[in-house]
Amino acid sequence: MSHHIVEVKGLKHVYADSTVALDDLSFTIHHGESVAIIGANGAGKSTLLLHLNGYLAPTVGEVRIGGFPLTQATLPEIRRTVGMVFQDPDDQLFMPTVYEDVAFGPCNLGLPEEEVRQRVNEALGKVGARHLAQKPPYHLSGGEKKRVAIATVLSMSPDILVMDEPTNGLDPFSRRQLIRLLKDFQHTRIFTSHDLDMVIELCERTIVLHQGEVKADGPTVEIFNNEQLLAECRLEKPLSMQGCPICGASSKRL
Amino acid sequence: MRSIDGTVLDLKRLDLLATGDSIIHRLDARAKVVTTLFFIIMVVSYNRYALAELTPFLFFPVITLALSNLPISYILKKIATILPLALFVGLFNPLFDREIQVILGPVAISGGWISLVSIMGRSALTVGSAIILIATTGFISVCHALNRLGMPRVFTIQLLFLYRYIFVLTEEAARTTRARELRACGKKGLGFSSFGPLIGHLLIRTWARAERIHMAMVVRGFSGEFHSRQINRFGCNEYLYVIGWSLVFIILRTEDVTGILGAAFTGLFS
Repeated sequence: MSHHIVEVKGLKHVYADSTVALDDLSFTIHHGESVAIIGANGAGKSTLLLHLNGYLAPTVGEVRIGGFPLTQATLPEIRRTVGMVFQDPDDQLFMPTVYEDVAFGPCNLGLPEEEVRQRVNEALGKVGARHLAQKPPYHLSGGEKKRVAIATVLSMSPDILVMDEPTNGLDPFSRRQLIRLLKDFQHTRIFTSHDLDMVIELCERTIVLHQGEVKADGPTVEIFNNEQLLAECRLEKPLSMQGCPICGASSKRL
Repeated sequence: MRSIDGTVLDLKRLDLLATGDSIIHRLDARAKVVTTLFFIIMVVSYNRYALAELTPFLFFPVITLALSNLPISYILKKIATILPLALFVGLFNPLFDREIQVILGPVAISGGWISLVSIMGRSALTVGSAIILIATTGFISVCHALNRLGMPRVFTIQLLFLYRYIFVLTEEAARTTRARELRACGKKGLGFSSFGPLIGHLLIRTWARAERIHMAMVVRGFSGEFHSRQINRFGCNEYLYVIGWSLVFIILRTEDVTGILGAAFTGLFS
């Protein structure tokens, strides 16, 4: 299905204060791919994500989702297609209860009540949060909030999942739980993250951004073995690929 | 002064009480809202020297409190926190209004003292009933009930957002003030001059958050219309509750129940 393709061509974005955040970015992400977008702070990752669902408009260039260009007319369909999970779940959970929050998207799609209920149940089931349905968001823990935030997007049955720093601020157990959950998804997945160990586990392809440009784009393992490239982009090998800090034994080479 | 953290925890506790289960909890929120409003109007409608007439109105909060299994000491404490405010409102009444109204043996009581006590009594009754309403219904259900009773949708949404983000924002404010206090080392820090930038930062952060929330709403198809689930179950119990209490309030307001009871009581012994 062509629905799941993300094409970015010659994308440039200049903010109102004339900061060039993105400069001549081009890449294509295919159906079912799991791609990480990594880079130092201020490399342009968040700005790029906001272009993928039309929240920001390109200054120059074009973004196409599923073969359609992003225009005012295609916007509602594209926003349904691209499910976006924000870095801070508190920004995403704004309704009084978890149930109502997960139902927010389907209700806006104008679905009948029975279908809304079914979708909410399914989405909460997928992230293992059905027991939280009647709770208000401020009574949830960080890990629970994150999973519920993912459910709010899943209930719109998106084809493409975009997540900004999914493992940020989670304890090791919640992080592991989330990685396992994301591994099982069949969607086209795009992540930004500083958690490079998560990137190795989840993404076969990695795009490295540096000062608003694509510095590298290729298989994750290849990129993480290129130490010179990583150093230039203010990055570091993931811990799981570095030697043991205590005995010095080298890790398994991927 | 209480810390911001403490206040938030307290709000959360009030919210958790509403998840309890009792006859009062199970009633439709609209019934409770209408009855409480009617109660407040009745209590406020008395003249300023009313004191004895107000006493039977204690029945309403006492009975609902007893039926709803709420922790009584917690509710009393909540009521006690607002009484100083009521005291300030009536503080000067005894000074200005020195006309003697009641003589109890050797003690003559002026109208000012009576109206001061009346103000405090009325505050305790009205605020108490409002706290019991929130503790048995929950703020969110009260908002939805007000909406279905005809409050404009815009206000409901504003209130719901306010309630959702009051926790996030107060936590943010608490973190910032804590950071300031720790670096002030128990002294005044830079005093009031450091509060300007602090509040400015909070405002900007709130602004940025509002934008992110709006973004989260827009990407999930928000187009200005809020859809919420409508649960209608205004049944027999609700009608009984509203009509029953309203009748009681009207009788208390129009008949001198205290006088009749008093006369019956003294008649018993004479």
